[in-house]
Amino acid sequence: MTVTDDKPYAATDSHSWTGRLRGRIFGTFPPEKLLPEDQPEYVASWIYVFGVATIAALVFLIVTGLVLTLRGPAWYHVSSLGHFVNSMHLWSVELFFMFMVVHLWGKFWMAAWRGGRAMTWITGGFCFLASIGTAFTGYVIQTNFDSQWISTQAKDGLNSVGIGAWFNVLDLGQMLLFHVALLPLAVGVIVLWHILLVRKHGVVPPLDAVDGDSLDHQLADSDDQLVTAVPNQPNAQTSDTQEMTS
Amino acid sequence: MLASTFLPLLASGLNQPAHYLTWGPVQISVANFVVILVMIVLFVLALVLPFPKGRKRP
Repeated sequence: MTVTDDKPYAATDSHSWTGRLRGRIFGTFPPEKLLPEDQPEYVASWIYVFGVATIAALVFLIVTGLVLTLRGPAWYHVSSLGHFVNSMHLWSVELFFMFMVVHLWGKFWMAAWRGGRAMTWITGGFCFLASIGTAFTGYVIQTNFDSQWISTQAKDGLNSVGIGAWFNVLDLGQMLLFHVALLPLAVGVIVLWHILLVRKHGVVPPLDAVDGDSLDHQLADSDDQLVTAVPNQPNAQTSDTQEMTS
Repeated sequence: MLASTFLPLLASGLNQPAHYLTWGPVQISVANFVVILVMIVLFVLALVLPFPKGRKRP
């Protein structure tokens, strides 16, 4: 088994698949990248706050959603506390989308797909689409006149594009399960994937960042050792560093 | 005090038909228009406001 002295987890020729998987996981996501102590100088800007603000709103969404799921509509339509938690859920999704859109604008104007970050950008786009579906199913399961109006209007549009038979907005049971199980799971998985990719490639630098600002540049030495230890690992970090320094 | 004054107004506002802005073929509710304006303001402020300095490490 080939290991480096300082990264014993980066084994590549282990005798079992668990060892090889461990080597691949920790080779791709070493602890110092998953939980870095420092960030580059350019991250000290308000435009870099909106990604984590979106995650904070998502945490509020999940917590209030769990409470609403546990207590049910007979509670959140009637009691004062139920109204409060229901409103928290609504305002969390308002903030979630506002922060996500500002985050999207910021990343678009700094071309955040640079330096091998294409998949980070793509997963962000898919997260946006999955979130729209989750929010929409939330509006049609309110079990009030508003949700009746939204669903009866939406069914014509969905039928016109041919998906009404599989995604029936008048089927409350289907919409409820989409909203509380399927789509939140999809959003959660995509967000986790997105965050892991950000950790792997580092926060994208502004277009005019200089070499010394780059976190990838700071980690270049450890990356070189990592690439040596894991020959099958794509040299994503190395190419990032090269692009950053070019 | 503020909540007891503001919340009934908000609640009664939500029970009325939405107000819409219309420019030719473009139509948007005032609520959605305000949300878009707030996002633009947030974006501009994020670019121009200075970020607080962190604590110096030894």
